[in-house]
Amino acid sequence: MDTINDRLVIAGREFKSRLWVGTGKYKDFVETKKAIDASGADVVTVAVRRVNITDRSKENLLDYLDPKKYVILPNTAGCYTVEDAVRYARLARAAGVSDLVKLEVLGDEKTLFPDTVGLLEAAKILIKEGFIVLPYTNDDPIVAKKLVDIGCPAVMPLAAPIGSGLGIRNPYNLKIIMETVKVPIIVDAGVGTASDAALAMEYGADAVLMNTAIAGAQDPIAMAEAMKYGVWAGRLAYKAGRIPRKLYATASSPIEGML
Amino acid sequence: MIIHVNGESRGIGDGQTVAALLHELAIRADRVAVELNLEILDRKDFETRGLREGDRVEILSFIGGGAR
Repeated sequence: MDTINDRLVIAGREFKSRLWVGTGKYKDFVETKKAIDASGADVVTVAVRRVNITDRSKENLLDYLDPKKYVILPNTAGCYTVEDAVRYARLARAAGVSDLVKLEVLGDEKTLFPDTVGLLEAAKILIKEGFIVLPYTNDDPIVAKKLVDIGCPAVMPLAAPIGSGLGIRNPYNLKIIMETVKVPIIVDAGVGTASDAALAMEYGADAVLMNTAIAGAQDPIAMAEAMKYGVWAGRLAYKAGRIPRKLYATASSPIEGML
Repeated sequence: MIIHVNGESRGIGDGQTVAALLHELAIRADRVAVELNLEILDRKDFETRGLREGDRVEILSFIGGGAR
């Protein structure tokens, strides 16, 4: 299969990469940029925060990530209420250039699980205002369907709690989500290593978004590259169609011609 | 007069605009969102929007962040 032409399309936008990466937790902007380049990602998530007005010597992330080269996907990370999430989404739109937002409404600080009730409410408000809402949601097929029904052009179910590195905790729910909704599924959060990313893609995910698994690795740049291949390997395997699992052996070499 | 910028009090000249404030702070207007007393401003209004005593200004931009 031609990986170059196997494009992901969301709300009429075409994305080159099926690995999307966050830009948090890196040592500095140089490392951020190197890791993103190694990952091959063309979508990068960013947070919206107060500008440091006392120390203006601080560099800007966008000095390193040219918005013409990368799709900048602002998130509403850190928001625990509908009001906050909507406010941050609006600020992100005002600060940036597009209507894209990765919507997070978090339930609590310990799990960072999505508050799916708040998520649906915030998504409704933002979609009405013309936002392209990509919701960070639980691995719950019913919520995924509701999000699509109100107009989300993709859903982003978690693999495991944010930053946990546990990998896909509930592959069966992910599979049900994939059968339930007909929009792209981006597995977001909880990936630990390249095999987790490959598995997500083998299950049929359309893309994987991660941050900590790369930024927190001992060698983030090498891990970014590993993730790139993990995602493509999984995607290719999914498209190729794996063999069914069987309990007993099937010989690969013919019996015919044996002495 | 005194206004509040990102939670800190700051003295500025009377009638100063949002654009002038950003300039004074050496902040590029094309990379920030400005909220004035909870109202998000359109970037094209930075030049004309004047500030008043006690205004609360929030200046935000993109920073590193992700799925964590």
